[in-house]
Amino acid sequence: MAASSLIHGPHAPAELLLRDVHALDPRAGIDARHDVLVREGHIAALGEPGALAEPEGIEIVEGNGRHLLPAFVDPHVHLRTPGQEHKEDLETGTRAAAAGGFGAVIAMPNTDPVVDSAPLLGSLRDAAAREARVPVGFLAAITRGLGGEELTEMAELREHGALGFTDDGRPVQSAGMLRKALQYQRLCGGVISLHEEDPTLSHGGSMREGAVSAALGIAGVPAVSESTMVARDAELAMYEGARVHFQHLSCAASVGAVARAKVAGGKVSAEVTPHHLLLTDESVRGLDTRMKMNPPLAGADDRQALIAGLREGTIDCVATDHAPHAREEKEVPFEQAPMGTTGLETAFAALYTGLVLTGELELGLLVERMTAGAALFELPTPTIAAGEPASLTLIDLDAEYLAGERGWESRSENCCFAGQRLHGRVLLTLAAGAVVYRERVFSVVAA
Amino acid sequence: MNHLLSIEDLDRQAIERIVTQAARFAEVSDREIKKVPALRGRMVLNLFYEASTRTRSSFELAAKRLSADVVNFAVSGSSVEKGESLKDTVLTLSAHKPDAIVLRTPWAGAAELVSRWCAAAIVNAGDGKHEHPTQALLDVYTLRERLGRIDGASIWIVGDVAHSRVARSNIIAFQRMGARVTVVGPPTLIPRGIESLGCEVRYTLDELGSADVVYALRMQRERMSETSWVPSLREYASWYQINGRRLSPRQVLMHPGPVNRGIELSGEVVDSPQALITAQVEAGVVVRMAVLYELLAGAHVPRPVPEPQLA
Repeated sequence: MAASSLIHGPHAPAELLLRDVHALDPRAGIDARHDVLVREGHIAALGEPGALAEPEGIEIVEGNGRHLLPAFVDPHVHLRTPGQEHKEDLETGTRAAAAGGFGAVIAMPNTDPVVDSAPLLGSLRDAAAREARVPVGFLAAITRGLGGEELTEMAELREHGALGFTDDGRPVQSAGMLRKALQYQRLCGGVISLHEEDPTLSHGGSMREGAVSAALGIAGVPAVSESTMVARDAELAMYEGARVHFQHLSCAASVGAVARAKVAGGKVSAEVTPHHLLLTDESVRGLDTRMKMNPPLAGADDRQALIAGLREGTIDCVATDHAPHAREEKEVPFEQAPMGTTGLETAFAALYTGLVLTGELELGLLVERMTAGAALFELPTPTIAAGEPASLTLIDLDAEYLAGERGWESRSENCCFAGQRLHGRVLLTLAAGAVVYRERVFSVVAA
Repeated sequence: MNHLLSIEDLDRQAIERIVTQAARFAEVSDREIKKVPALRGRMVLNLFYEASTRTRSSFELAAKRLSADVVNFAVSGSSVEKGESLKDTVLTLSAHKPDAIVLRTPWAGAAELVSRWCAAAIVNAGDGKHEHPTQALLDVYTLRERLGRIDGASIWIVGDVAHSRVARSNIIAFQRMGARVTVVGPPTLIPRGIESLGCEVRYTLDELGSADVVYALRMQRERMSETSWVPSLREYASWYQINGRRLSPRQVLMHPGPVNRGIELSGEVVDSPQALITAQVEAGVVVRMAVLYELLAGAHVPRPVPEPQLA
């Protein structure tokens, strides 16, 4: 079987000396001020500040003690190509990723048409080889057209580079159908990534069921619509010995179901989004459509359970579920609006501000959880160590700003954190050995 | 008061001010010439995205009795059917510079959204299953006229609470006026979490006798059949219908209309002197006059269109 891989556009390998940065990479056991030399796109050397010789003509980046982290990896984004390029495309979506400090992203197949055939996947990868600023991996659909009725040609899709499979945006409602996909995974490999929702329970809901939905008169999606499916599919996966990943957990009961499956030896993993970690259904009271996403924002207890799950490792990684929508699609009454928030450009700063600065999560653990998505999908994890490809992000943790005040790299602006005061600005991102983002600095210089 | 978007925005004092003003207008309604010149030269636009005869004509009559000009914009047959968005419809109609827009839509929060897009005063005439503030005000008015005072009264709201914007607005308004509110209905039609609004929740009419006011909600037949909210309307009626056997003579009965005779109410209670249903309709006009008067009368300061939010 051909190696599934990430793919990116043309890059010039970086040549940089990052001087006096605070390198932090818990996996590499590094948390101190260093000089980091990048040559031909790889980390050539790490040394005490001032210890590394300065190669002639090389660009110097003055760190002044700012934090250098392994670039983040997002296993769940919607880049909207093909068919919905008015929301986002490979270029704008990966530019947003770079601006958020991400060095790799995994794109979902619920595009128009759905990525459910090898030729379509092939053309998408060709397009990514021209346009993607940061490396992109693609998941293919589990069922044709996300219809839930026929398996896609999973083995062929794997040969053509599918990292795994998902019907994201929808659940695989039929347990029998999912079971076939789990069985077929033995032949072709590839993580099966699951959006969990029982449509007979969530039917018609626009937000989480609870006191706020009752007060607003908006049909609610009960938490059990997710957690019962997580429990069902964890059992199915264990029965088939399959490897599954649970997307965007949103409630305490789902965290419990994943924890039980892990204890029982299931090959399961799970992700959580920054918005579910930071916001609750109270944010929906104003009926701002940027607060409408699927799964919906949950109650305060659920939020605490998600934070605890991430801290303790029941939840393996952070994923943004970056879901861009055009202004005219979101500028409608709440119940009519499509679900989704953008997230790539705010993920780190929002979590740093909302969990690290409040003492709920250590910075090192946040970095670990924002890069752990790579290994879950059998991709190399960005690491700060000599010899590794340069996949790094330099962040000024002290910088304070309003999210979105300088506009967005994404084509869409439907960010649930827009206007919030955040700490932590990405200054520079390297992905797959190349500089993919630099903070825009405008200064007026006399002619 | 710039808009009437939600009953939440009105404290007890504001509610009392409006119903007191409505009582003054009620005197006008008894005169031979029912019109006052209070809003002469002002324009009220009725923008209705849902079928509504009663609410729309009530607003129309209210505006006309205040001598305002009224334009009715019905969605069927309009640009909306050609795919125009709510925002564009509102921006287009705003070009005619209405002083007030009375808006009914099937979507929660639409009135508030529209208030950010134009300079007119917005009156929420029903936004989805969220709120119907003028209904709550006219119910408070009707009840105050009948009981004298609402403080301490026990009000039972019976029926399909889940799909009722009237229920939500009235739970808030009645409590704000000092009443104790109980909601009762089949568990499938009582939304989880509704008790957070401060009301008590019950599933049977066993203790209906303790209520001073029985407020029955309309069962929406079309809705019941499609998703099996109740097993049958027949069973619903046998458990929840307000009829002569259940309603005691000291209680008063209210209903927002239109009534399904034989389902939520039996014919004899609709026709009984305890029923305030026609008084509610009558109150609708004077209360809506008071609302329009409150929003539009007096020194007219042009409202700035709010700045767009950072997005």
